[in-house]
Amino acid sequence: MPVVNWLKRRLVVIAGLLTLAYLLLPNVVVTVFSFNKPKGRFNYEWQQFSTDAWKDPCGVADMCGSLSISLQIAVWATVGATLLGTMISFALVRYRFRARGAVNSLIFLPMAMPEVVMAASLLTLFLNMGAQLGFWTILIAHIMFCLSFVVTAVKARVMSMDPRLEEAARDLYAGPVQTFLRVTLPIAAPGIAAGALLSFALSFDDFIITNFNAGSTVTFPMFVWGSAQRGTPVQINVIGTAMFLIAVLFVLTSMVITNRRNKQKA
Amino acid sequence: MSTLTEAPPPLAPAEPEQKPVRKRGRFTPYWLLLPGILWLVVFFALPMIYQASTSVQQGSLEDGYKITWHFATYWDALAEYWPQFLRSVFYAAAATLLCLVLGYPLAYLIAFRAGRWKNLIMILVIAPFFTSFLIRTLAWKTILSDSGPVVHTLNSLHVLDLTNWLGWTAGDRVLATPLAVVCGLTYNFLPFMILPLYTSLERIDGRLHEAAGDLYAKPWTTFRKVTFPLSMPGVVSGTLLTFIPAAGDYVNAELLGSTDTRMIGNVIQTQFLRILDYPTAAALSFILMAAILAMVTLYIRRSGTEDLV
Repeated sequence: MPVVNWLKRRLVVIAGLLTLAYLLLPNVVVTVFSFNKPKGRFNYEWQQFSTDAWKDPCGVADMCGSLSISLQIAVWATVGATLLGTMISFALVRYRFRARGAVNSLIFLPMAMPEVVMAASLLTLFLNMGAQLGFWTILIAHIMFCLSFVVTAVKARVMSMDPRLEEAARDLYAGPVQTFLRVTLPIAAPGIAAGALLSFALSFDDFIITNFNAGSTVTFPMFVWGSAQRGTPVQINVIGTAMFLIAVLFVLTSMVITNRRNKQKA
Repeated sequence: MSTLTEAPPPLAPAEPEQKPVRKRGRFTPYWLLLPGILWLVVFFALPMIYQASTSVQQGSLEDGYKITWHFATYWDALAEYWPQFLRSVFYAAAATLLCLVLGYPLAYLIAFRAGRWKNLIMILVIAPFFTSFLIRTLAWKTILSDSGPVVHTLNSLHVLDLTNWLGWTAGDRVLATPLAVVCGLTYNFLPFMILPLYTSLERIDGRLHEAAGDLYAKPWTTFRKVTFPLSMPGVVSGTLLTFIPAAGDYVNAELLGSTDTRMIGNVIQTQFLRILDYPTAAALSFILMAAILAMVTLYIRRSGTEDLV
């Protein structure tokens, strides 16, 4: 039975590719339906081909406004979480201090907590303080949950770094600031970049915590959530497709650049 | 095992404790920690306390709330919403199991069999993250729609008869049933399973497989006795990373389910944002937190991997 044997040897590959298809199927649907011309308010059934939505991506009221709010929050949350998280990582790897265990669990717990619990408890805090829900409360929440992920990413990189490199710099009469800027930071940079990228993605796509703490501010995920009740414009799919393409292009170009650099070094 | 790996010992000592303690700048670590830790204390730890206090308060929106140590809120909440709690655990467990079964072959494929396609497949696993997950979840409405090809195929293969009998679907529909919700949960959290699995599989020395083969182990035996045990850290962290968010999720149940598939997250969301019954909502959220923490601790103890962080 050559066919059975052939299948048997490739069972893992076939199963893996089927899972990959399951993961990518929704993205295919999102892309195809960005060219749809739906009859009713909802864009769930295929009617006919049209490029209307691509020609007028901001044609839906409030959608591009929500997109810009999401981008602003994501940028500031990334800046805040990356800065605070990197500082914590350096303290954790490079120094001895009291209460290390408490600090570690304070960083681990937000990642082990269902989002809805963090969202609800943060809302009780804001309500008790009488804080005005909106842009700032969303930003505070996003920095909070992105922090732990930055610490994890940066810590891994700083830990694998040879401390003798810094000692060598010191021996060569580099001051502490110079050592940090010329040696430590460049080596830690990939970890910091990974943490920042993760923060941006997490913040931009966050729904549950935002849903609780947004007040009347509408981020892009909040807009999509609302449209699931009111009617889904095709433009949502246009944005979804564009985001997917930009992300893939971004990763591909960065891969090509690193490949070239490695070849030049070799 | 170290004799099998010919890689030179790492240059940097792995333990941070072994590094020289700096005499100068004794307060530097505290200055570095202060802003970030303060942020987490004020906006993560303190809210937990506020939530606990809210759950034992009584009052109304108009008159304000007062702490009355009214613990009956907990019993009332549990008595009313235990079905949603149970449902959350079942759905999350089912989704986690499915993620493991679906994710393992793909992680294995990327780690051992992908060759030069490895990076591309890796990108394809991560890339969907960059499209808003709400948009992708809505796409399942199209995929599973009543007149769509998926439901049609399942129907003609009589799969739906089986799932109807099991109570996972109802009639000729998949949407608005438990099956749709579990399918959505599985889809949404699958990458959280694949990535840790891949990381731990990647670390396995390929020569161990050869050694097992040389010792007359069949492929299945090699997997059972060598590969799977060595990938346990990935399995443990993958199941945690899938189960925890799935148990608290309300997006899939809301978008793909019906009133019969409401999970505890849906209840907390409506209590907090629509009904505005803060004590009940806080109590439910507190119970969810305690239950998850208890389950996670127990699970980590039993699986014997404490070094997850």
